[in-house]
Amino acid sequence: MNSRADIFANIRRGLRRSQPTEAQQEAVRQRLQQHPRNLIPSRSQHEHEALVELFVRMAQEASAEVVELDALELLPEAVAKNLEEKGQNELIMASDAALTSLGWAAVHERIECHQRAGQVGDEASLTMALAGIAETGTLMLYSRPDSPTTLNFLPDTHLVVLRKQDIVGPYEDAWDRLRTLSPGRLPRTVNLITGPSRSADIEQKLQMGAHGPRQLVIFLLP
Amino acid sequence: MQIKSPEFKQSARIALQDVNLQKALGNLKAGFPGKRASAVARMPEFDQLRDQARDLKNHILEHLDLYLDEFEARVVENGGQVHWCRTADDARQTILQLCREQDAKTVTKGKSMVTEEINLNEYLEENGIRPVETDLGEYILQLRGDHPSHIIAPAIHLNLEDVSETFHQHHHRPKSDDPAVLMAEAREMLRKEFVAADVGITGANFLIAETGSTMIVTNEGNGDLTQTLPKTHIVVSSIEKVVPTLEDASLFLRLLARSATGQEFTVYNTLSSGNRRPDDQDGPENFHVVLVDNGRSDMVGTQLQDMLRCIRCSACMNHCPVYGAVGGHSYGWVYPGPMGSVLTPQMIGIEKAGLLPNASTFCGKCEEVCPVRIPLPKLMRHWREKEFEKHLSPKAVRWGLGSWAFFATRPTLYRMFTAGASRFMRILGGKKGTIKKLPLAAGWTDHRDMPTPTGKTFMQQWQARQQQEKR
Repeated sequence: MNSRADIFANIRRGLRRSQPTEAQQEAVRQRLQQHPRNLIPSRSQHEHEALVELFVRMAQEASAEVVELDALELLPEAVAKNLEEKGQNELIMASDAALTSLGWAAVHERIECHQRAGQVGDEASLTMALAGIAETGTLMLYSRPDSPTTLNFLPDTHLVVLRKQDIVGPYEDAWDRLRTLSPGRLPRTVNLITGPSRSADIEQKLQMGAHGPRQLVIFLLP
Repeated sequence: MQIKSPEFKQSARIALQDVNLQKALGNLKAGFPGKRASAVARMPEFDQLRDQARDLKNHILEHLDLYLDEFEARVVENGGQVHWCRTADDARQTILQLCREQDAKTVTKGKSMVTEEINLNEYLEENGIRPVETDLGEYILQLRGDHPSHIIAPAIHLNLEDVSETFHQHHHRPKSDDPAVLMAEAREMLRKEFVAADVGITGANFLIAETGSTMIVTNEGNGDLTQTLPKTHIVVSSIEKVVPTLEDASLFLRLLARSATGQEFTVYNTLSSGNRRPDDQDGPENFHVVLVDNGRSDMVGTQLQDMLRCIRCSACMNHCPVYGAVGGHSYGWVYPGPMGSVLTPQMIGIEKAGLLPNASTFCGKCEEVCPVRIPLPKLMRHWREKEFEKHLSPKAVRWGLGSWAFFATRPTLYRMFTAGASRFMRILGGKKGTIKKLPLAAGWTDHRDMPTPTGKTFMQQWQARQQQEKR
């Protein structure tokens, strides 16, 4: 059984050529190398300040909670307060130095912090976003040893830190950031996340919290 | 899934009288079209995006071998493996083999229509492997021994009471009339399965040649848990899902959610590139992509090539008066609605699926809402022609078409006949202007009255107008 050869031969028969021409190969090479942009909606092409505003509006529309903070140092207190309001007192954190170096000791009596991958039964997680996409209020996260993907999906509450400077207009700007971060090879998993998990599979009535997090909280930093 | 397309007429008749189904279909009609319309209204560039998407898909199909080749090379670089499957049977065997290599007992599944197409669940069960559907709708259907009736809202034919009853039987918990309670129950039950599974199988909405990534689009997050927790991730997808770059995927993503659910963007859009990296704390150790052809490469270079542009958004069925009246199961196989009426004859044969392209009013709404501008009515007409050529159409249709052609090629006779028929119908309709029973048109008049022609025929009016202009 050589399915591969059969499929390729059949496609080429349909295209009425046994081999692609040099021009066709060149067209494909160019598209892949230059990855030209298609039409980008005017909505996502604005000054940075307007993009931040658009991001917040769209994220809230997708039922994400947005909390603005004046400095990263204020994060532990803000996280503790947010989880208390939800009746939660356990937090699984990504191991990024920017997060772990903060003053969590000050809130250790209010929340119990761990650094590991996500597990069934986890109440809340805290991770960092690579970018925020204003067009639809979307977060871009990626997998790495410090930030396991399960943290984005297993806990009931997902807390995400996003810096305003990382907010871009369209998806295309976020792809460019990803290419700069990880040239030649994407991270194993890239997650675009827009609001908390949901389903309308029962009578088309929208319910929040299907299999992923029931709440998504974005801490927006300067 | 058993093929029931030849019984379309009977299934449709039963569906029309099924009170519960009609109630459930009401939810579809009240929801999807309005939501899509609002989402489209918020995106002024929507029609331009559709033109670009159509052109880009055409470019991809003209270079399909090159993009597939590139995709495969990048997957291998990322540490994954690609398996090519010409037929549904090849695909089933390949997937079973991959599961056996892992000594798999339980397999979790994200929503995938291609796995429905290749009848994967039954095959795995026959071979001692337990597949567990994790999408809420698919999970409900699996418990009921049922199949999806819609490509993105699989359980659209069920009502709340059906789900409540099914969960009560299987979960042994009290019944509930709160969808939130039922969903929480499913969440709890499936948590155990996600962790226990040896293999996770998902579909793919896009395959990205530039990066060798597969991409899934879900609202629930079940696909992500399915592919992240088990030791092995198998992606089952079809060859036409390949797109060149991340920028190109973005173009289709801007159209997909808006056309499908009317959302601005689906909650989770996830790229998977190969297996777990060194020092990663989670993610699959093995990453396989099973690429299914199953008749698609035969469509390249034919009239049906346009159908390969389809991104499976479901807008065509959401807006189809026939789908809205009879539901997805009446179509008798995996893909319902207008896109199904074009794809099904290709996959199971026009001999079995001939009624589907005929079950259309040709109102053109499907083409009007298609994000990649597939000329669905034209393609359904293509199958009608094929059916006629192969002498598969019923005698009455052939006789009717034959006599119509006799008159249509003899204009004077045609005009005399239509003028007579029009007069005859006016007499029959009387003062009320409607006809309750019309010879040879019982299919219409059994269900509704036929309005009578109100005046002269088109040709008579045209001639009168020409004469008036001359004066």
